[in-house]
Amino acid sequence: MLNATRHQREIALAGIVILLIFLIGLRAPIFLTPTSLRDVFSDTSILTILALGQMLVILTRGIDLSVASNLALTGMLLAMLSTIAPGLPGAVYLMLGVVIGLVLGAINGLLVWRLGIPSIVVTLGTLSIYRGIIFPLRGGAWVNSNEMSQPFLGFPRFTLLGFDMFSWLAMLIAVGIWFLLAHTRFGRNFYAAGGNPRAAVYTGIDPAREQFLAFCLSGMLAGLCGYLWVSRYAVAYVETALGFELQVIAACVIGGISIAGGIGTVIGAVLGALFLGVVKNALPVVGISPFWQMGISGIVIVIAVILNARGERREGRRILRPAAAA
Amino acid sequence: MQAKQIPIGDAGPRAARATIPDRLPRSTGELLLRWEVLLLIFLALVILINIQLSPYFLDPYNLSDATFSFTEKAIVALPMALLIIAGDIDLSVASIIALASTAMGAAAAAGAPTPVLLLIGPIVGLACGILNGWLVTYFAVPAIIVTIGTMSLYRGISYIALGDQAYRTYPEGFDYFGQGYVFWVVSFEFCLFLVLALLFGLLLHKTSFGRRIYAIGNNPTGALFSGIDVERHRLVLFALVGSMSGLASVLLTSRLGSTRPNIATAWELEIITMVVLGGVNINGGAGTIPGVFIAVFVMGFLTFGMGLLNIPGIVMTVLIGLLLILAIATPILIRRLTLPRRRSA
Repeated sequence: MLNATRHQREIALAGIVILLIFLIGLRAPIFLTPTSLRDVFSDTSILTILALGQMLVILTRGIDLSVASNLALTGMLLAMLSTIAPGLPGAVYLMLGVVIGLVLGAINGLLVWRLGIPSIVVTLGTLSIYRGIIFPLRGGAWVNSNEMSQPFLGFPRFTLLGFDMFSWLAMLIAVGIWFLLAHTRFGRNFYAAGGNPRAAVYTGIDPAREQFLAFCLSGMLAGLCGYLWVSRYAVAYVETALGFELQVIAACVIGGISIAGGIGTVIGAVLGALFLGVVKNALPVVGISPFWQMGISGIVIVIAVILNARGERREGRRILRPAAAA
Repeated sequence: MQAKQIPIGDAGPRAARATIPDRLPRSTGELLLRWEVLLLIFLALVILINIQLSPYFLDPYNLSDATFSFTEKAIVALPMALLIIAGDIDLSVASIIALASTAMGAAAAAGAPTPVLLLIGPIVGLACGILNGWLVTYFAVPAIIVTIGTMSLYRGISYIALGDQAYRTYPEGFDYFGQGYVFWVVSFEFCLFLVLALLFGLLLHKTSFGRRIYAIGNNPTGALFSGIDVERHRLVLFALVGSMSGLASVLLTSRLGSTRPNIATAWELEIITMVVLGGVNINGGAGTIPGVFIAVFVMGFLTFGMGLLNIPGIVMTVLIGLLLILAIATPILIRRLTLPRRRSA
């Protein structure tokens, strides 16, 4: 099943992440303890989930710049709900987050699908709109942790077999999307739509409709992360996750998801997110100022872009061939 | 069933690009429906509503103050229009402004005089632009993804250099470029913008270089086969955007009198909004400098008017976002409503 040449990039990336963790461990052995690694994974779970959603959009040749704003708006709405109705169980917020996110994602998707506006323009607009709406909701005031209800804050912190809900959700969603992309027609259509839109049309797939569906899924995951984020940091305000969309896209690029569409794997997206998460968490441990984080991720993105460009040129676009043969 | 109008991903609007001729004889009706004319009508509406709502809007000193808030962005919007028409994009402009500002701050701290600072800003910008252009053309990678990377890289260097500190000391005379007036209430910044707008307008609409930009944006392969060195033109455009960002950085740094790593955060979005609102096709191949010029004022006066009405900045961004989407959606909807038969036939 695991074809070595097909997964070259993912294997290399996994090697780099493990090597990175090992090197950090040499300087700061505490980083290698199971508790520490588990915390890094938990801390990276939101980025992982968002990167998986973004991957679907990028696969169909789109881009979703509005994820962080979607996250912030959904998070604020849920936090306000928890101040009004403190009795609601945590799972309700989770589901409501998905629904609100879906609505916001569907708005993006409809503008792209029905009006044919380029996705970068649509999401550039909704990036401002979704975040701007947060301000009048509460007149710019924060929702602080003491105003949030106990189930709202407690639900994602519930641990099972050593992992908290953040990590479990990230793993569940990764497996779910892997299954979707590898084993369902619904998922394969994303690759077809992005890999060669013209050919996709002749096989009965509407590429723009696939973009709409990808935006819906990306929105749902962003909404879910809205709940996770606000509950994790126990504060909701206008600037929640400001600029986070770029880290999400960076994770995808590092993970080898081609911005030209049609190329990318779940393992790649997860590893891309983990790479950024490890760097972010390791900097304070090895005594480097956190101000280096942005520069490091910048140089990593540039290197990843160059390496991926070479890889794509050599292999060509053959992502559908193994699936057709299977 | 709708084989004639298949939107292929983001390439949908590209279908219309092939029909841009060199010059078309225009009827009055077509002239009225031109994007620039519609924008001009919208601008007039914005100004009229502003005059109605606030007695302070028409005050020349207020209007002069208003220009400061958009001039630097507008100066970057001009080369950005050329770059987008050529089919590329640069998301790293705000980070270039930050890096150039940091370089000027460091030089000023080391005792560099004003003329040296005036050189350092654009030169750092030029270097950043060339790096962007080289990465895009040499490795054949989409510009959007390269510049997302260099966006982190350039601002990241500013953060590494400054951390939570700021440069505050600039030599005497440096404040003129961002704060000085040429005569009465007309600022140096604003004059520079007018001159640059004229130059960029001439470059795009009256030179063969400008014609080649349209050719590249419409069909890069076709342009290559007609003898245009496409890669070199793209590189030059990236370098142009970079150096103009460096120039904008001089003005902004001079106006603020200080440099922090978070200077000009998220400006790239506002700059691209200006360009797209000005009627430039985000997929390349179409757009004009007069359109961008009017769009700059539409956005500038809209935000200024809302500021006079005490509307918070974050709410303004909602309206700017709506404006961006409506600006693109309206012509599409109008076209669809006026040509309903053509599609089904």
